[in-house]
Amino acid sequence: MRRLILAPFLVLLLAFSVPSLAQPAPEGARGQVSAEEMELQRLLQGGRIEGRTSIPSRESEVLVQPAGKAWRDFHNVTLAWIGGIAVGGMLLVLAGFYLTRGRIAIEGGPAGRTISRFGALERGNHWMVASSFIVLAISGLNLTFGRHILLPLIGPYAFANVSLWGKIAHNYVAFPFTLGIVVMLLLWVRDNIPNGRDIEWFKMGGGLIGKGHPVAGRFNGGQKLVFWITVLGGSAVAVSGYFLIFPFWGTNVANMQLAHIVHSVISVLMIAAMVAHIYIGSLGMEGAFDAMGTGEVDLNWAKEHHSLWVEEEMAKARQVVTPAGARPAGD
Amino acid sequence: MARMKFLCDADRCIECNACVTACKNEHEVPWGINRRRVVTINDGKPGERSISMACMHCTDAPCAAVCPTSCFYTTADAVVLHDKDTCIGCGYCFYACPFGAPQYPRVGNFGGRGKMDKCTYCAGGPQQDNTRAEYVQYGSNRLAEGKLPLCAEMCSTKALLAGDGDMIATIYRERVQRRGYGSGAWGWRTAYRTTVTA
Repeated sequence: MRRLILAPFLVLLLAFSVPSLAQPAPEGARGQVSAEEMELQRLLQGGRIEGRTSIPSRESEVLVQPAGKAWRDFHNVTLAWIGGIAVGGMLLVLAGFYLTRGRIAIEGGPAGRTISRFGALERGNHWMVASSFIVLAISGLNLTFGRHILLPLIGPYAFANVSLWGKIAHNYVAFPFTLGIVVMLLLWVRDNIPNGRDIEWFKMGGGLIGKGHPVAGRFNGGQKLVFWITVLGGSAVAVSGYFLIFPFWGTNVANMQLAHIVHSVISVLMIAAMVAHIYIGSLGMEGAFDAMGTGEVDLNWAKEHHSLWVEEEMAKARQVVTPAGARPAGD
Repeated sequence: MARMKFLCDADRCIECNACVTACKNEHEVPWGINRRRVVTINDGKPGERSISMACMHCTDAPCAAVCPTSCFYTTADAVVLHDKDTCIGCGYCFYACPFGAPQYPRVGNFGGRGKMDKCTYCAGGPQQDNTRAEYVQYGSNRLAEGKLPLCAEMCSTKALLAGDGDMIATIYRERVQRRGYGSGAWGWRTAYRTTVTA
């Protein structure tokens, strides 16, 4: 009997308690977010605090991007060390090499006769890439090291002018550089396919370290290395550079940071490699500069460094001068 | 001297964007540049909050740390300003800034973005205070007139607070204690390595 009396109350109680559970929580407890927690979580786990703005710009929708700190550390610390060690270290190594080994002479002395090595297109393209690269390298290094080296020397306004023109030059010279890299690939790729002779060349230290000249075709192992550093490194630098030159065209701030990291690391390593290339092509070796200067190299130099290529060229020349149907003597 | 800061009470901000508009008007900021913006997180979901964000005038400012020409400086009031005569518009400050504060007048013109522009805390720039030259480059200098930044001064719900860091933190803390909730001081952990707990 008592149960029957209680039953309606129970039903009533249930009827009121069920909807009351679905009622919204008090204002303060609803959807709590914490600025501190969100910032800390993004800092530790990556990502950004993003939302919506009424400004039609994707970048402005990012409220906090803690990755800026990582990029700052990269730019101020990591890049400075990589660049300093690579470029400064290479200069030291070359200075040491010059002091111990000296200028590498043509062993047999100049022959006085020359052989044609690079045509006008090859040399023109080489110098277009080379001059662009020097402008790009100096203006690029200035952005990282200039304020520590040049700024105290010439003062803030002169330095700002130099840097501003450097930046403009960097942006525009990027285009002939890229064109030159493409032309370079088309001109020289067939003579730069790595093969077994290159392994021998590196084993013998390329004739730089130790004695004797390893045999080589049109390009030896070292030159092939320079070619692939230029073509592959140059392409990576160009692609990452175009992301930087057109800010936020299909990229966000994280992509821009990554593009800068790729661009700057490969650039400083390329600069170090090219410093060595410039050294060996000018001061470091007798007769080497002529290849890109006049395009005509001394025959003895060519025989020492590119023996197989010289044989090929000689064979070709004999084909040209031999009258049709002529046979070698004694045949 | 005060240590000037911004604090946006996201539980009060109603996303009216008046701070954005007032800033643009006060400084005659060109098209495409927004020294201040309002970002709404969790829009339409539980936990929706709107935060008015501009340069936070960081302690150990990342922009200043990465600038290739060292064009930034910090005033006695701890306001982070920059010299447009030595800025080259490279964009590095934008990569380093946690808050997306640096703005560029020309976007995508082969990276020739023009001189960087950002919130000056209504404190002008390195030019002589309240001169025409300063106004053209940086906008008005309210701080030199003894006034606080306009965005915070005219905020209708008093969500955006500007002034000495300790004072605005106290005001915010009292609010949170009275009403019983608050999402905290947005950006403070990142900008000043401190937080405001009630």
